[in-house]
Amino acid sequence: MKKIVCACSYENPEGTQLCAQCGRPLTKEDEEKKVVDMRYDGTAIRSKTYKTSFIDRIWNFFSSVKVGVSLIVITLVLAAIGTFLPQIMFVSVPPGMETIDVYEEKYGFFGKAYYVLGFSNIYASWWFQTIVGMLAVSIIIASLDRGIPLYKALKHQRVRRHASFMKRQRLVSETVEDEKQAAETFELAEQTLKSMRYHVKREQGALLAEKGRFSRFGPYINHVGLIIFISGVMLRLMPGFYVDESLWVREGETTAIPGVEGYYIKNNQFILETYDEKDLKGQDSERVEQAINTRAKNYQTDVTLYKEDGTPLAGDTADLQKIGQYSIQVNKPLKYDGFALYQTDFKQDELKTMTFDLVNKTSKKSLGQITIDLRNPKKEYVINKQTKVALQKYYPDFTEFKDGEPQTASSIPNNPAFIFKMITPEQPKGETSFVAIRQTLEPFGETTYKMKFQSVETRDASNLTVRKDKTLPILLVGGIIFMIGVTMGSYWSHRRIWLQRTEDGRVLLAAHTNKNWFSMKKDVSEVCTSAHLTDYHDQLEEREKQ
Amino acid sequence: MNLLDLSGTLLLIAFIAYLLAILLFGGAIRHKQRDVSTSNKHWGNAAMVVTIIGFISNVLYFITRWIYAEHAPVSNMFEFATAFGMFIVGAFLIMYWMYRLATLGIVALSIAVLLIAFASMFPSDVTPLIPALKSYWLTIHVITTVIGEAILAMSAVAGLVYLLKTVSFKKPSKERFWLEVVMYSLVVVIGFVVVTAIFSSMHYDAEFSYIDTEQQQVEIAYNTPPLFGMHESRALTPERMQPLMDMPASINAKKLTTVVWSFIVGTILYGLLRLFCRKPLAQVVQPLVKQTNITLMDEIGYRAVLIGFPVFTLGALVFAMIWAQEAWTRFWAWDPKEVWALITWLFYAAFLHLRLSKGWEGKKSAWLAVIGFAIIMFNFVAVNLIIAGLHSYAE
Repeated sequence: MKKIVCACSYENPEGTQLCAQCGRPLTKEDEEKKVVDMRYDGTAIRSKTYKTSFIDRIWNFFSSVKVGVSLIVITLVLAAIGTFLPQIMFVSVPPGMETIDVYEEKYGFFGKAYYVLGFSNIYASWWFQTIVGMLAVSIIIASLDRGIPLYKALKHQRVRRHASFMKRQRLVSETVEDEKQAAETFELAEQTLKSMRYHVKREQGALLAEKGRFSRFGPYINHVGLIIFISGVMLRLMPGFYVDESLWVREGETTAIPGVEGYYIKNNQFILETYDEKDLKGQDSERVEQAINTRAKNYQTDVTLYKEDGTPLAGDTADLQKIGQYSIQVNKPLKYDGFALYQTDFKQDELKTMTFDLVNKTSKKSLGQITIDLRNPKKEYVINKQTKVALQKYYPDFTEFKDGEPQTASSIPNNPAFIFKMITPEQPKGETSFVAIRQTLEPFGETTYKMKFQSVETRDASNLTVRKDKTLPILLVGGIIFMIGVTMGSYWSHRRIWLQRTEDGRVLLAAHTNKNWFSMKKDVSEVCTSAHLTDYHDQLEEREKQ
Repeated sequence: MNLLDLSGTLLLIAFIAYLLAILLFGGAIRHKQRDVSTSNKHWGNAAMVVTIIGFISNVLYFITRWIYAEHAPVSNMFEFATAFGMFIVGAFLIMYWMYRLATLGIVALSIAVLLIAFASMFPSDVTPLIPALKSYWLTIHVITTVIGEAILAMSAVAGLVYLLKTVSFKKPSKERFWLEVVMYSLVVVIGFVVVTAIFSSMHYDAEFSYIDTEQQQVEIAYNTPPLFGMHESRALTPERMQPLMDMPASINAKKLTTVVWSFIVGTILYGLLRLFCRKPLAQVVQPLVKQTNITLMDEIGYRAVLIGFPVFTLGALVFAMIWAQEAWTRFWAWDPKEVWALITWLFYAAFLHLRLSKGWEGKKSAWLAVIGFAIIMFNFVAVNLIIAGLHSYAE
């Protein structure tokens, strides 16, 4: 490896801009500058030094701030495009319709183009995720490229710097003093600086006061936090780390919880509350009045959670062990054993049972009643030895006849229809009747008996989301590390003040900070006053005034 | 007088105090350097006293409304906008305590006054919270976010002062043009306030029925004369003006009408101001920032981003994710408002990187700060009103 030998005879690695020992500028460029670039303390940065091999080029690409900022801006623009129209996950597609048609119908040609270009599912697209991935790589490489050399440079700093380093700092001061005066100046300066909580190091005729060095590592720490966070997000793609299921459970029913084996849940009650007069607090505006009895106050499902005891047969709910009773509300999920159940949706007054009378059409005499559990209908309902009703076909969500055959849209009893075979003492062979709500058909000829609708029982159903996310602790750790790093880097600044006596009888002062020059100047001013030095001047402001 | 009326009065006192303070600050910085010593100090001190009185009254408004509503008053447009105005004044007070610069006050208080005026155009009654908002995270997430945004806004304030001072008005330039656009957009906000206030004092109300995106027939009431009608609209109050044209179902023509009205009235106001002053508005206010030290202004702008960025991150992303995990079942839902919070965050991250590594200081940095504020305002106003999403209950 090539070395750059400084005038002070120290050997610096290739690419160094300011000698690590004495601070002399090592490149022509830096020599010509009035104020040197102190960003990484003039240390050698890999990406600025090696530019030939393939790996160098990749490294330099990702470590470049220009590339990093470009990636940030591309992510930003793509994210913004994704908000122009609702994303696929927020669009409900009616059955029998294509998503693209929904976009076209709602938003016209723009909507169609938006869908075709993939913007309607932009955040899941491979190109969006590739950009984010590249941003992550850029964060890692840029941090290694700059962070490590900076750490080394700050760890091994020398107290005495060369005069050419001192005079190229932004804040400088120069005072002619004899040896005795200088000794006093150093003592006073040290006292003042210590009272301002600087760490002071002294050598023969030189002083370095430093404060808040840790803030320089804030950015690198927050980058570590970001990388941990992004890794956590990627881990969710691994099986077992992330469960996203949902279930409908009706009042009184017990269901296995999908995604978390061995757990069962019973819906004891669904509660919907709305705001009433009391919540108005005497306001009499129209807007507030509209909220009465319409604005929801609470969505809640009271449940009992069970766990399987041992390994019973599938579907056997006999030996479930009760864990406890809970109320699940919006904003108050039930959390247990690493999974959580959320109140997501509900359906009120779903049909539960239907009761029919078996009636003789002419005499209006009833032979008895049957009650059909619409979720679990029986094949046959026996009233007595000679009288029974067989349920030949059941259509829970009857829509229409297609080729003479009744159709059902789903297995949810929204509009139940039945084909009954009524066996009675008069008609021991049985009579067939098709019964739906407000509709009776007798496909095989007129019957003596009919199933007369009596009553229904309804109940509510709750939709619960089941979520298990093992990556949450990782995300939390990433977030905390990020916040620590960003706070360190933002709320503290790294301040350094150098003082030295030159051989020709001057006392030089130089100061540097990475930010908040306003406060730095106050500190320097105080040192200059208390140690009887000429007040500093700001070389950058001077240049601006010219 | 109940607590809600008291709270309204306190807000009005704050509003008037801020207006007065703007005038006093104007007096504090108008004088020539020569007689700076005593006169300026008096004006400046008076301005600060009035600002502090206004701020205390503003905080009392916030507290009394909180007690009355039994939830933090940050749950709808009115409440959020007033809170934003209040915290901008708070952020200014902190900056004043650090740097003692009166010029910041003129711009910061003007923005706060505009925000409070804007807020009062929205219904201010206390409506009970829907279940999704019933959580202590509402308080933590929104208040932290709005404090972060208020501090970030101070960087735009400093940036605007910087630009007013440094942009040359002698010959046309892109900078001069865009600076005037910023001034114009502030006048459009006044246009919104004026047009809304006029028609609401007239109790203007025109009802229509229309067909929404779900093919359902619904009703809507306009509070300004309808320039644009909703999809296949039909007037229910026939004596009122008829819309000039109907919009497709995906566009909310009522909101579009309000926006267009604001622009019309804003443009008229702007034209009148131009006629009256006979020069660009930016040039009119320029003398107010004459004495400003621009290096310091640049540093304040940067400092505000440094202080505000972590607070914003904590409120708008970290706390938001924790709450979303509780309320929405997932910490990130790609909801538009959430995405725009991420965009804001990415923007300020880019700002910091450009400044640190590319040396984007001075004018470039000032422009970025102004754009950052525009993004915050876009997320606050446009995303709430135009783009529907999980957050759209906050109207």
